[in-house]
Amino acid sequence: MRKTYDSAADALEGVLFDGMMIAAGGFGLCGIPENLIEGIRDAGTKNLTVASNNAGVDDFGLGILLQTKQVKKMISSYVGENDEFMRQYLSGELELEFNPQGTLAERMRAGGAGIPGFYTKTGVGTVIAEGKEHKDFNGETYILEEGIVADLAIVKAWKGDRAGNLIYRKTARNFNPNAATCGKICIAEVEELLPTGALDPDLIHTPGIFVHRIFEGGHEKRIEQRTVREA
Amino acid sequence: MAWDRNQMAERAGHELRDGMYVNLGIGIPTLVSNYIPEGVDVTLQSENGMLGMGPFPTEDEIDADLINAGKQTITELHRTSYFSSADSFAMIRGGKIAMAILGAMEVAENGDLANWMIPGKLVKGMGGAMDLVAGVGRVIVIMDHTNKKGESKLLKACTLPLTGAGVVDEIITNLGVFKVVEGGLKVIEIAEDVTMDEIRQLTEATLVD
Repeated sequence: MRKTYDSAADALEGVLFDGMMIAAGGFGLCGIPENLIEGIRDAGTKNLTVASNNAGVDDFGLGILLQTKQVKKMISSYVGENDEFMRQYLSGELELEFNPQGTLAERMRAGGAGIPGFYTKTGVGTVIAEGKEHKDFNGETYILEEGIVADLAIVKAWKGDRAGNLIYRKTARNFNPNAATCGKICIAEVEELLPTGALDPDLIHTPGIFVHRIFEGGHEKRIEQRTVREA
Repeated sequence: MAWDRNQMAERAGHELRDGMYVNLGIGIPTLVSNYIPEGVDVTLQSENGMLGMGPFPTEDEIDADLINAGKQTITELHRTSYFSSADSFAMIRGGKIAMAILGAMEVAENGDLANWMIPGKLVKGMGGAMDLVAGVGRVIVIMDHTNKKGESKLLKACTLPLTGAGVVDEIITNLGVFKVVEGGLKVIEIAEDVTMDEIRQLTEATLVD
């Protein structure tokens, strides 16, 4: 079966629908599926629920889907650095479900692994725990969090092959492997798409079974906080 | 003279022990990496998915794929490993990280911590802070003793939404070091030229002997 596609638009063909839920990889602007986000903007799909640690910045990353008001709800751990996000949230135009970062990552991991829920200490005694089942294990209290299964997962990897195997680079890995597993369909964009067999099977981070469509794209890789020391 | 940012970070450095895996928060906690004591080898974790964080890069070394949890460009070390966010928080939640040093808006005498939002004003999110304070071995807060209005940030009870309940072990402020104990906060060190009277005056939380 063909997994390779020519572009974001090509890979997104027939996948998008209004009101869908999308899980996205990336942390800040690092390792985000830039091309797929632009592709979704161009397709104009509306009322999206997006699970992503961050929401990009005003004019890059998921921020561009906020500008076009395509997003109904974000599930995120941190939304600083994005004025438009803040404005839409405070004015009630945008729903926001705050998830602690580790809880969000584990919700994706669990959802992708067929685990509908898990107990965690994170957030006990805070607003995050309100309305959630509490349970004690060995004298400590935990809350129940649910796995995420998204209609579509969009991820970015460094290298991929035609079988959909992925290798990430440095901290651009972040949420990508977890997001990849939790989509009913997963589309990966890679910097380099190689023939099957070109990647060392021992070094693959995301096995191709999780990836349904893959394409090569150019990446701006914008840096959010350029911090340097003297040489 | 009360301690400045660097002196607070240096004091926090005294809490580090050889072989520890440590997570440093954004702001003053980041400065602690400049004050790791001689002969103490610690590995810094960055919760976006890295163990063994190196210094900031030179202009030539900048790599967009290599950032810390504050989204700043950084470098790797020989010992560095990278992993997914789920693995990163498995380390944190699983109790493998010995210590987290982080900033705060408010700390209460029972160890409650508030550092992630001001309702109606500041909505940024908790990032990994809730997971960190729930999962790591020891939680140390570095913050100014008072807010911009001069009011105590060490409180009887937090007024802001909590990041964690009863999670803080120790607080380092510009005035001294405070340990969360039964019944309140115990002063374990006072900054040079600061008096106990000043501390009493500027602290709302119960101070115990």
